[in-house]
Amino acid sequence: MAHLTGPPQLLTTTMGKAIRWAQQQSMWPATFGLACCAIEMMATGTAHNDLARFGMEVFRASPRQADLMVVAGRVSQKMAPVLRQVYDQMADPKWVISMGACASTGGMFNNYALVQGVDQIVPVDVYVPGCPPGPQSLMHGILTLQDKLVSGELSR
Amino acid sequence: MAKTTTTDIWISGTEAPEPADWMVAGTDEGAQEMVRHETEERDREQRGSRVMDDWVVDDTIDDDERMIVNMGPQHPSTHGVLRLNIELEGEIVRRVKPIIGYLHTGMEKTAETLTFLQGGTNVTRMDYLAPLHNELCYSLAVEKLLGVEIPPRAQAIRVLLTELNRVSSHLVATATNGMDIGALSMMMYGFRERELILEFFEKTTGLRMNHNFIRPGGVAADLPDGWREDVDQIIVRITAALGDYEDLLKENPIWKGRTRGVGIITAEECLAYGITGPTLRATGMDWDLRKTQPYSGIEAYDFEVVTGSRGDVYDRYRVRIGEITQSLRIVEQVMHSMPKGDYKTGDRKVSPPPRQRINESMEALIHHFKIYTEGFQVPVGETYQAIEGPRGELGCYLVSDGSGTPQRMHTRAPSFSNLAALPIMMADSLVADTVACIASLDPVMGDVDR
Amino acid sequence: MPEHSADPAPSGDQLLDSILQSVPSAETVRSLGDEVVRVSASDLIGLVEEARNGGFEMCVDITVADYLGIRTDHRFEVVINLLSLQHNRRLRLLVPVGEDDPEVPSLVGIYPGANLMEREAYDMFGIRFAGHPDLTRILMPDDWVGHPLRRDFEVGSVPVQFKASPQVS
Repeated sequence: MAHLTGPPQLLTTTMGKAIRWAQQQSMWPATFGLACCAIEMMATGTAHNDLARFGMEVFRASPRQADLMVVAGRVSQKMAPVLRQVYDQMADPKWVISMGACASTGGMFNNYALVQGVDQIVPVDVYVPGCPPGPQSLMHGILTLQDKLVSGELSR
Repeated sequence: MAKTTTTDIWISGTEAPEPADWMVAGTDEGAQEMVRHETEERDREQRGSRVMDDWVVDDTIDDDERMIVNMGPQHPSTHGVLRLNIELEGEIVRRVKPIIGYLHTGMEKTAETLTFLQGGTNVTRMDYLAPLHNELCYSLAVEKLLGVEIPPRAQAIRVLLTELNRVSSHLVATATNGMDIGALSMMMYGFRERELILEFFEKTTGLRMNHNFIRPGGVAADLPDGWREDVDQIIVRITAALGDYEDLLKENPIWKGRTRGVGIITAEECLAYGITGPTLRATGMDWDLRKTQPYSGIEAYDFEVVTGSRGDVYDRYRVRIGEITQSLRIVEQVMHSMPKGDYKTGDRKVSPPPRQRINESMEALIHHFKIYTEGFQVPVGETYQAIEGPRGELGCYLVSDGSGTPQRMHTRAPSFSNLAALPIMMADSLVADTVACIASLDPVMGDVDR
Repeated sequence: MPEHSADPAPSGDQLLDSILQSVPSAETVRSLGDEVVRVSASDLIGLVEEARNGGFEMCVDITVADYLGIRTDHRFEVVINLLSLQHNRRLRLLVPVGEDDPEVPSLVGIYPGANLMEREAYDMFGIRFAGHPDLTRILMPDDWVGHPLRRDFEVGSVPVQFKASPQVS
């Protein structure tokens, strides 16, 4: 039985698990930088913090090629229709991370100009608190999203 | 149709086939015929050995051939949510209209609801690449109305932090400029070195960005223990990294090809359109508010104003690199000459009693409570205070009606005025240079829209 | 609110005198060390042209302050900050504007950079700049109603909702 030595040649799993695993490991974010948080999002993607460790570094310029929208910053009333349009253009399955206090709740700017929470426009999966959240916080948010995906809490 | 032969491909270097056989099979007219009637000059144009500037001389094409392309607000190279309506004629940009407001946050309205002490949290989020400059400008305006004196140590801390902030802001500007033109390594390098400064800011102020550290009356806290070693490390490592950048870009033929002579603006245009900062200095004007209208004791330090000569993208990049060096020079001088003393004013109207007094005295506790809940009253008046931000003249127009909140707080945002340069730079240039122009202007949309 | 600290400007300033010569109605004050000239809207263009010829090359900023409930006659004040690089001086012009017909002449013909700033002032305060080539909203959406930075425009804050908090019946 020589063929049984070495690594196993066969793996049994369910289809759903395999798909979720694949989705988790190749989630491509859209570059949707709005304000201060966008700078931290860029810092997360670059040399020092290196988001590539989690298979997320492929920031896509086109929403058509992206799975994940990181709403990084405050969403103004003027930007809200644009944001919704970008979200609609993304291919299913898609996820949204609301990064920072402004995107999540309006933050300290409770006034006429800002949408008080991006969840009024698009469904949000993970909220990352902070003003702005540091790169570690954003990574934690992304890992939380991956965990939720793999555990089946989010299935699309 | 001419007869076909077996020899329909001729490999150069081999023996040529009979001309009539393969040439005529390609086209009835014969490819050689077209060249024969051409002049030698036109021939050179076709081969590319003679370049003709056809996009500046020829303006006779019909309006129907113009096309309006919308760039943004969601575009990776617009540095935020800038939207441009670009009128194209083929590859040539004829007109540009910036459309802004996609990040309008209503900060000037919010400022009217916050006390003067809370105002720092608001202004620091305007230009998020230079938060400390915003705080400094606002604090200086409030202090001008109040008429309080700032102790020398607080002023030195302010200079130290703002100059470090200028370095980090210019690093991002250079990094994104590189990224937009295709030099992705520059992006990685710029952000790597910026982390050094951000770590120092986090240690000092508690936050990487949006610090609210420079406040009316001084700064929020003293510098942390061991700050000299940190600053020394920053100077050493960024100076070394600047050498890398010079190797990477300064004489890089691709970089120079993409930036030299691109996005030119003259000094006269800058003055007419109110354009300040590195964009103005790249045209050769040595106008720097740190020299001409110094603030916060910055006149005590030795530095030079970096200028360019041509006013193109390359010169703006050179000015920024030069300003990083000069800012590090200032930082080094501040590090060696940091005066001892208090880090905030002793004026009890503005700053609360020391911690020790609060523990002992009920009145001191009430005093502290009132300053942080009601805020302090600022005498009636209006003032304008300008400082040299990383993008140009950063101003704060402040009106007080004598209460604890401003009647009007307006920020003169350098990015906002500098946007007026885009139509000048990009008119009659190639569409491929659009992104280089935007990046060299370094607009921060939070600053533009506020 | 009482008037701003209005010390008379020191006389003998040649540059300022020559600029103000043609506009006798302009009133010069010093506000915390800044040189401030209060001028009526009808005399504005003449004064700004004089200032431009006198060496104030740059129009740094145009904004508006709203004195609702403080001043009875002229509610708004258009604030124009000029900068002279050759003389290293600043000059601030204050133009009082009434609420009923808030209109001042546009400076775009003298300083082209005033274009964006005047659009912002129009968008935020509803001040009309006569002669402006494209006086449209700049920061707010085109269909927005009202001018947000006026003092009588509500801040527009919404009460904070806590979604996960238990409902109190």
